[in-house]
Amino acid sequence: MAFYIISLIKIALVAFILLTVLAYLQWVERKVIAHVQVRMGPSRVGPHGLLQPLADVIKLITKEGVMPPQVNVFFYLLAPFLAVFMALISISVIPFGTQVTIGPWTTQLQLTDVNVGILFLLAVSSMGVYGVALAGWASNNKYALLGGLRSSAQMISYELPMSFSIASPLLIAGTLSLRDIVNAQAGYNFGFLPKWLIFAGPFPQVISFFVFMIAAFAETNRIPFDLPEAENELVAGFHVEYSSMTFASFFMAEYANMVTVCSIATLLFLGGWHPLWPAAYGSNFVAPAILFIAGALCIYHGINPARPFDRYTLPVFGLVFFGLTALMLFPPVIPVLMPLFWFLAKCGFLLFVFIWIRATLPRFRYDQLMGFAWKFLFPVALLNLLVTGLAVALGH
Amino acid sequence: MDLFFFVLFATVAVLSAISVVVQRHPIASALSLVGVMASLAVLYLALGAEFVAMVQIIVYAGAVMVLFVFVIMLLNAGAEERRGRSLTAHLLGVPVLIAFLGLICYFVQREFANAGFMKFGNFTGGSAQSIGLALFTDYLLPFEITSVLILIAILGAIVLARKEMD
Repeated sequence: MAFYIISLIKIALVAFILLTVLAYLQWVERKVIAHVQVRMGPSRVGPHGLLQPLADVIKLITKEGVMPPQVNVFFYLLAPFLAVFMALISISVIPFGTQVTIGPWTTQLQLTDVNVGILFLLAVSSMGVYGVALAGWASNNKYALLGGLRSSAQMISYELPMSFSIASPLLIAGTLSLRDIVNAQAGYNFGFLPKWLIFAGPFPQVISFFVFMIAAFAETNRIPFDLPEAENELVAGFHVEYSSMTFASFFMAEYANMVTVCSIATLLFLGGWHPLWPAAYGSNFVAPAILFIAGALCIYHGINPARPFDRYTLPVFGLVFFGLTALMLFPPVIPVLMPLFWFLAKCGFLLFVFIWIRATLPRFRYDQLMGFAWKFLFPVALLNLLVTGLAVALGH
Repeated sequence: MDLFFFVLFATVAVLSAISVVVQRHPIASALSLVGVMASLAVLYLALGAEFVAMVQIIVYAGAVMVLFVFVIMLLNAGAEERRGRSLTAHLLGVPVLIAFLGLICYFVQREFANAGFMKFGNFTGGSAQSIGLALFTDYLLPFEITSVLILIAILGAIVLARKEMD
């Protein structure tokens, strides 16, 4: 009975946090891109536009949903549901950290530890294409159809290099369970170099990591591979006929997919929740130090405000940051919070890279996109897999 | 619990399979087939063959059927028209179907009359490791021959596609 109650609590927590993160990821993206382009970004709703996601959600919920005539109603409504369902369900097998013990109850920081976890993620992500393809087809619109067609072709093509780049770390770790893969990356070479699969093992998985990240951009339909929704050619691509919550579903699915692929990259290549250097050299103090600096900066800018309302908002943020610093230094919670911090930090960094690249690179041409996948990425991933297999076989 | 899931997903599989035949639009048929594949995967999972279950979804539901849907969308196939069935279909359809099902039931009853029931989760040979071992020891020759067969099919596809382009 306790198992079911704990599971329900965990599901509620993870769902709440994930949906909040998805909403705020969009705020972060708008802010980062704005600052890259020397603009302010959202700044009107709440301090520094922090309430913008809330305003967006309210706007999207209360807007009228317009359904064009002559759509295939069943598939038109099924598509956004499929997309968001497949995107959100994949979070259920991702481990965030080690285990928590509260009183008599011990539980893993993971919704469910499937022993074929990584295959489950691949399966779910390969099903996700139906949402996009169906949306394009059911909308009865030529731009949407083109977007849907492009998306299915692109996702089939990039799934191959992605699977091959996932296979090589699996060869080294020798397991399909995500938790065991992370545990296989514990420890340090020479006492300081982490045994993450991107650095260590019989053959460092650097090539594999980059192939995975490139394929991940294509799988999530992000710039520079966002051909399915190329605005200057296809208006908005597959979701051109969607509005209100159905549109929001596609948006949510895209961001949830981003979070998922960043988590996979973190777990497979970047050592999951293992810190960058051993706790003996003070890796436990990174999180408090960052939070303390953030708090100090907030207080400083609160005392010397650039805008009138900063005098009131920034000191509050500063105090919040100082509180978190104190929490991070509290010994009983360190074994739980430190792994969580390292996992979130790596994941967050990769998400930042996603946004950074969106602000930097232009879009591929369609034939370049396909040629790149089949003529470059796929052979490279295949070669990498062969060399890794050889290295693993020689190592035994 | 296992029985509940078996009955639920077996029903879904059968209903989806019927829907594949009955649907008039190719996309609806293809998606019903996806439903069949997915519910079969759940049945494999209930039996304890988690690797096969996931591969079933990745390969059939994720790759093969996406390709089907892609081609149907590309050719822009519309809903098929219902034509009157031929006289032979009218006369022989139902009797032949009943005879066929009867034959299957007869053989199952004859071959497996004394077989016990499969217990869910009792099957332990479904891990990736045991499947890999079986493929590379007991079934190495069929495995390699299959790969050559697939290679021939790929080459054939390329040759045919080339001819179109010239």
